[in-house]
Amino acid sequence: MATTLMPSAVTETQPGPPHTKDRYRRGAARWVVLGLVAVVCLAMLVPFGFMVLNAFKSPGDYSTNGPLSWPSGFYTEGLETYWREADYPVKLWNSTLIAGSVAVLAVLVSLLNAFALGIGRVRGRVWIVGLFLLANMMPQEALVYPLYHFAKEVGLYNTRLSVIIIFTVIQSAFGTYLLASVLSTFPRALLEAAAVDGAGKWRILWRIVFPNLRPTLAVLLIFFFIWTWNEFLIPLVMLIDNSTQTIPVALASLQGDRLMDAPTTNAGSLISLLPAIVFFLIFQRTLTRGITAGAVK
Amino acid sequence: MTTAATLTARESPPRSKPRRDPAYWLYLLPGATLFVLIIAVPLVYTVYLSMTRWSGIGDPQWVGLENYQRLLEDEVFWISFKNTIAMIVAMVVVPTLLGLVLASVLFDVVGRRFHPHTASVLRAAIYLPQVLPVVVAGIVWGWILRPDGALNAVLSSAGLSFLEGDWLGDPDKALPSVMMVMIWVQIGYPVVVFMAAMERVDPELFEAAELDGAGWRQRFTAITLPQVRPETFVVALTCTIAALKVFGPIYALTRGGPENATNVPSYYAYFTFFKKLQVGYGSAIAIVLTLIIVVVAMAFMWAQQRGERREAGA
Repeated sequence: MATTLMPSAVTETQPGPPHTKDRYRRGAARWVVLGLVAVVCLAMLVPFGFMVLNAFKSPGDYSTNGPLSWPSGFYTEGLETYWREADYPVKLWNSTLIAGSVAVLAVLVSLLNAFALGIGRVRGRVWIVGLFLLANMMPQEALVYPLYHFAKEVGLYNTRLSVIIIFTVIQSAFGTYLLASVLSTFPRALLEAAAVDGAGKWRILWRIVFPNLRPTLAVLLIFFFIWTWNEFLIPLVMLIDNSTQTIPVALASLQGDRLMDAPTTNAGSLISLLPAIVFFLIFQRTLTRGITAGAVK
Repeated sequence: MTTAATLTARESPPRSKPRRDPAYWLYLLPGATLFVLIIAVPLVYTVYLSMTRWSGIGDPQWVGLENYQRLLEDEVFWISFKNTIAMIVAMVVVPTLLGLVLASVLFDVVGRRFHPHTASVLRAAIYLPQVLPVVVAGIVWGWILRPDGALNAVLSSAGLSFLEGDWLGDPDKALPSVMMVMIWVQIGYPVVVFMAAMERVDPELFEAAELDGAGWRQRFTAITLPQVRPETFVVALTCTIAALKVFGPIYALTRGGPENATNVPSYYAYFTFFKKLQVGYGSAIAIVLTLIIVVVAMAFMWAQQRGERREAGA
């Protein structure tokens, strides 16, 4: 679904002002506030705590001692069962392949579109950008049945390629919108100087525009990867067997299966969340800052 | 993946000369072709299907506006839209208000009186649910909220057994439970966007206000709120669209049940397409949802532009 993230302004966290007055740093009230906020943050993490606590219990342990007890032993069979039944390494590869390909292709398509719209200022560009923006807001339900039907007709049903193509377009709709607005303020002097030196459009794109945009493109790449990784409806409809499904779809399809007792459900959820958590830890700074380019004038 | 960003395509600074080289169209070609194939054609086809009766096999049978007429009398359809209002409360109203307060406390109190790093760590904890596959998080929550799940265990060990319940299975409790989960999912987004906005503000402004004796509440209303107004619009718009489109968490938590108590339009459309095999009717639901989203988005943009114009005029 929709992790709605808006790339938002990249500003360094302000280090405390150098001349902070000491008396403002004192006082008990600030500790109370910190305590309250910390409680909120801990509450946010509680579900993960329950999940980890129950991922390593044996079914017997769970049914006698309930969800709150400390595991009586370090039981990994839940993890192993899920790993085996879901064929987890294959799912991990599918998710990585799909999200990785989409991220790269969507950035590329966004860049080409935005070059024509922002730099080339082709006729009717405001309308074209508006169209991309609309496409981005559209519910996938309005596209999913025809896509499913066409995919069957052309033999792309149940292939990772179908999902890659679809999300390349959906993500690049947002990327085009964002980059077109960034590029419409691109310093004209730079482009003109290059044109005077005899550089063609292709060269200008790769030698001048691309290097200047690289930080923004990197952020887009990360967001596209995560958004695609977390997508659910279209992969659910398009990918129906073990060899093509993604991590979230695999877990959802096993949900309610008799082999999924509570500890196995938790173990499965744990390894399904793990890649995203690792990704979050690596890119935490980028993700929590985002990009505001275009978001706020 | 919903996203919308600014509300108006930014108009460019005055150009030296209106150079329009048609060769640029070549760069738009791959993107435009893909767009037509994956977005435009399927959308038009869904519009067509919404005026047919079709099970997905054989030829669609033209029925005109019959599906739309049926929608008006379909109780489930109305319930699903009523539930969307609940989703807007849980995904827009509460997260935006709570997000403003949390972001301001994190930035203005924790960040400035302790350390910006403390604020970043706390922000990361709040933001984490936003980057996880929401369906997986939904499955964890589904287990927590089960009758034999962790929530009831906590209540009973706290001596509050009388509060225990079948959180997702009881028609009266299911919607509020789903709303709580959605607040948990959504809250990180406004916090992150608002904190980024506050970092833009000149720190001297906060300090000067503080020296003049303004407390947190006064700084919040006099500085923070006006400064983050543009972001508030963006957050409200993107969250509203996400709320209108919500699918994954409903699928993972309740599949729209019990007795449609948590059904939403996008799940209802999915169910009608793929479980009831009424493709024409499902298409009509999807198209109505699309129209509502477009109208809501335009209303937001119109309101924002009007607000800006008024500000500029003042």
